[in-house]
Amino acid sequence: MYIIIISVLGITMITAAFTAIYARKLVTSIIAAGVIGLFASIIYLLLAAPDVAMTEAAIGSALTTVVFLYALNKIYRFNEGEKND
Amino acid sequence: MIKRFVTFLLILLVGFFFVSYVVKVKPADKLPSLANDYVNKGIDDVGSANIVTAVVVTFRGLDTLGEVSVLFIATAGVGFLMRIEDKKSKLIKKRPASELLRTGTNFLMPLIFLFGIYIFLHGHLTPGGGFQGGVVIATGVLLLLLAFTSSDINHTLLNITESFSGAFYVTIGALGLFLAAGFLDNRILPVGHFGKLLSAGAIPVIYSLIGIKVGSELVGILDSLHKDE
Amino acid sequence: MILVSIIGALLVLIGLWGMLTQKNIIKIIIGFSIIDTGTHLLIVSIGYIKGGTAPIIDKTIARSSVVDPLPSALVLTAIVIGLAVTALMLVYAIQLYKQKRSLDINDYKELKC
Repeated sequence: MYIIIISVLGITMITAAFTAIYARKLVTSIIAAGVIGLFASIIYLLLAAPDVAMTEAAIGSALTTVVFLYALNKIYRFNEGEKND
Repeated sequence: MIKRFVTFLLILLVGFFFVSYVVKVKPADKLPSLANDYVNKGIDDVGSANIVTAVVVTFRGLDTLGEVSVLFIATAGVGFLMRIEDKKSKLIKKRPASELLRTGTNFLMPLIFLFGIYIFLHGHLTPGGGFQGGVVIATGVLLLLLAFTSSDINHTLLNITESFSGAFYVTIGALGLFLAAGFLDNRILPVGHFGKLLSAGAIPVIYSLIGIKVGSELVGILDSLHKDE
Repeated sequence: MILVSIIGALLVLIGLWGMLTQKNIIKIIIGFSIIDTGTHLLIVSIGYIKGGTAPIIDKTIARSSVVDPLPSALVLTAIVIGLAVTALMLVYAIQLYKQKRSLDINDYKELKC
């Protein structure tokens, strides 16, 4: 029973990893990296490690995506501020 | 083209090392003897119900001290590199967030703070602890920054909170040298009854300080990335 | 268990491939984050005992049926440090963009002989 769930999650994670590398837009890659962290958190729960699952869901999935999006925002806003000058 | 092929061969070489591990490993049937020692000593001597907390705070306490320092250095680096150099502030006018977000934040923020404080206060009884609670608190402050776009974080208060919690953490560790068996020993306060909130010696105090410090450092990182020139 | 070790190893290999072949700096940093996640999966999968429960002791749990608490404690530290290093790398990428207005790594060849 666990084998089926873990293999489905594993196939989704590997597909998301390939999407993160070969996507055209950067926002798609960033969200795919967040999805990998989310499914890793579910696998940690199935491996009987609840502390690690909480930490990975909060840091690896939420905060990493937010920090990446903040950095993208700084880069694009720099572009626009230059065009207005 | 030849570069892609050489890179592929390199990936196959690293994969060969992983394969030679996966083939030989056998899932264990009972606890190895070191883990058995830690579980028994964690219940009898340290007195905390969550064994991972006992390992992180007392048995491998120096690793936690090192990690808190690494977070501090990263926050200082981010704050230094994103500093505002020239004071010619082009005032980019931010439009206010929608009313749904503002009302939701007004309702949710005290609950998120309360949940974060609950997590790091009960670190020795339930899954969780200082790091998880600190991250939840930082997420609450992020919600505040996104909903009320004209709000500002008081930097003096942030610096004082972070420095004092770090200093108290090291002071409690040094107290362990005089009153108990070594640095960061948790028996300076009475171990108490197993499973109650005020038990396991100094573990609630240490984990609360770690939670506050990690929360304020992550708020510092998010605030440096949020403010604009 | 073994299946999680295989997933972790595959994620490390895919992240390494992404880091070595992509040209955009942000994608290199995403590859680094994928390597981190794969390594943590590999470490936590070592500590699993067949039929074990979470290492939180109650009156109803026997002391010998919990999983190994040590790999969980190590990975807890490693996840937080991974976030700190990723944030620092992204801030470096922003500063590089301010100097040359380009996110392509082939434009930054001053250190090559």
